[in-house]
Amino acid sequence: MSAVPAAPRPASADVASAHAAPAETAFPLLLTPPRPRGGWRVIPARTWAMCAVELQKLRHDRTELYTRAVQPALWLLIFGETFTRIHAIPTDVPYLDYLAPGIIAQSAMFIAIFYGIMIIWERDSGVLTKLLVTPTPRTALVTGKAFAAGVKAVIQAVVVVALAAVLGVALTWNPLKLLGVVAAVLLGSAFFSCLSMSIAGIVLTRDRLMGIGQAITMPLFFGSNALYPVSVMPGWLKAVSAVNPLSYEVDALRGLLISTPAHLVTDFAVLTGAAALGVAAAASLLGRLAR
Amino acid sequence: MTAPLQPQPPKSIPESAPEVPEIPESVPEPEAAVRCRGLRYAFGTVTAVDGLDLSVAPGEVFGLLGPNGAGKTTTMRTITTLLPVPPGVIEVFGHDAARQRMAVRRLLGYVPQQLSADGGLTGRENVALFARVFDSPRRERADRVAQALEAVGLADVADRLVSTYSGGMVRRLELAQALVSAPRLMILDEPTVGLDPIARDSVWERINRIRAGTGMTVLVTTHSMEEADRRCDRVALMHRGRIRALGTPDELKGALVAHRREADGESAETAPPTLEDVFRHVAGSGLNGPGADEERGEFRDVRRTRSTASRVG
Repeated sequence: MSAVPAAPRPASADVASAHAAPAETAFPLLLTPPRPRGGWRVIPARTWAMCAVELQKLRHDRTELYTRAVQPALWLLIFGETFTRIHAIPTDVPYLDYLAPGIIAQSAMFIAIFYGIMIIWERDSGVLTKLLVTPTPRTALVTGKAFAAGVKAVIQAVVVVALAAVLGVALTWNPLKLLGVVAAVLLGSAFFSCLSMSIAGIVLTRDRLMGIGQAITMPLFFGSNALYPVSVMPGWLKAVSAVNPLSYEVDALRGLLISTPAHLVTDFAVLTGAAALGVAAAASLLGRLAR
Repeated sequence: MTAPLQPQPPKSIPESAPEVPEIPESVPEPEAAVRCRGLRYAFGTVTAVDGLDLSVAPGEVFGLLGPNGAGKTTTMRTITTLLPVPPGVIEVFGHDAARQRMAVRRLLGYVPQQLSADGGLTGRENVALFARVFDSPRRERADRVAQALEAVGLADVADRLVSTYSGGMVRRLELAQALVSAPRLMILDEPTVGLDPIARDSVWERINRIRAGTGMTVLVTTHSMEEADRRCDRVALMHRGRIRALGTPDELKGALVAHRREADGESAETAPPTLEDVFRHVAGSGLNGPGADEERGEFRDVRRTRSTASRVG
């Protein structure tokens, strides 16, 4: 069933060939549909399919990885170095150490928050439409897309960690903790990309999503503990930070990477809950993009 | 569009009472590939499909024909489960499109109107994605993907990025994406829009060869009457959300000839009618003439068609 006869092909693939092999025998697998996977295995399988596509695309075109590395690098080099020198922000560890996990979370969020634009682009180009006609539950599709955004964010995080190490930040190299970092970044990105896809499902056009994305990224960033500790915030900003998943992501990353006191259980519980909520919201709004 | 030339009032030959479109009552198979009963779909206040009855027999090439805005694409999108319909309205090989959506999707291969392959991936990766989402196990996936690419004649260029493909090649790649899951029903929405005649023939040649091998049913929309005439076993002429005539191209043209004889007293021996003439007759207007459905095509549809055309061109 595996042997495909290596029939000689015409030189130009665009010419309708007079190749007359009997179709029945040439494509046995095109006569038998694959057996459906059952139950719980659907979501992991589809998630992996979406991530695989994302990795393949990145392999073909790495430009995005390089250009995306510029901004976090600038944050660390300029903002980080300057504020380390002027001691404006009271932290227990050197400010650059304090900042590095925040920048990982921030750059991951910036990738994820515009992920909805890609969904709209895929809708307009028909890629999404076609995926919606496959036996893929909406939840699985959204989960797949969410983790595909996470894959990009993890690669981004590797860049920031490497850069921070070069700048002399004392980061952990404990593999278990690094695995935890990957998990936190994946969950955080999953939430923010689902937030973005949900908004995409509501506003339906790229231009509007672009505007909303711009409008919410900075409040999310400054309303978190990415740049400064919660203790120096005014009361109202503390309240914002307490409901901001980015704060929990940063807290977890800090605890894992530079071993500051963190609330890992709460952090991961909040991140998991937020990601699940995001998937549910985005999945229920995704159908609007198909109409 | 002020039209001094009034469209001729719809006369009545195959013109049927709205409630009783011409479905062949004697479809031998109990299980049709697609069966629609009283399909209705509205976008807000605009009724796109208005009481459509349809039965597509297994193995045939069935063409849904009409101008922009006739409701063809909406019909397709309800059959593919993209647009929600109430239970009992659409069945695909006996599976209800509302209640058994996953089962319906497993039977479908769908090529939308836009060029929908991902330019950032190779041809092979594009097809492999669809093998994956139809649960093709790893041990056979590579072979399955290779066979689908071979079937559309893209084996040679399978590892090139799709952004380097021509429009005709992208269309054939999309066929491969749809074929890789061995669908029983292939749904093609304007498969040849924007393609040059050679690429057009190439696409149809592939479709027909695959059909000969697999016996799959093909449901195709087109606004090209000539294409429908050449390629479809049966066609339904759609106009303003309804089917105005249904039959083989020869039946439809034959009926018009007979009608003309009757009306004009057999002397008027004009050129043999085309499907376009049949359409003009049953719809009361031409495809492009005054009274055509210019105001009905949604803006998005037009934009979509244009962007497809420019990406192909």
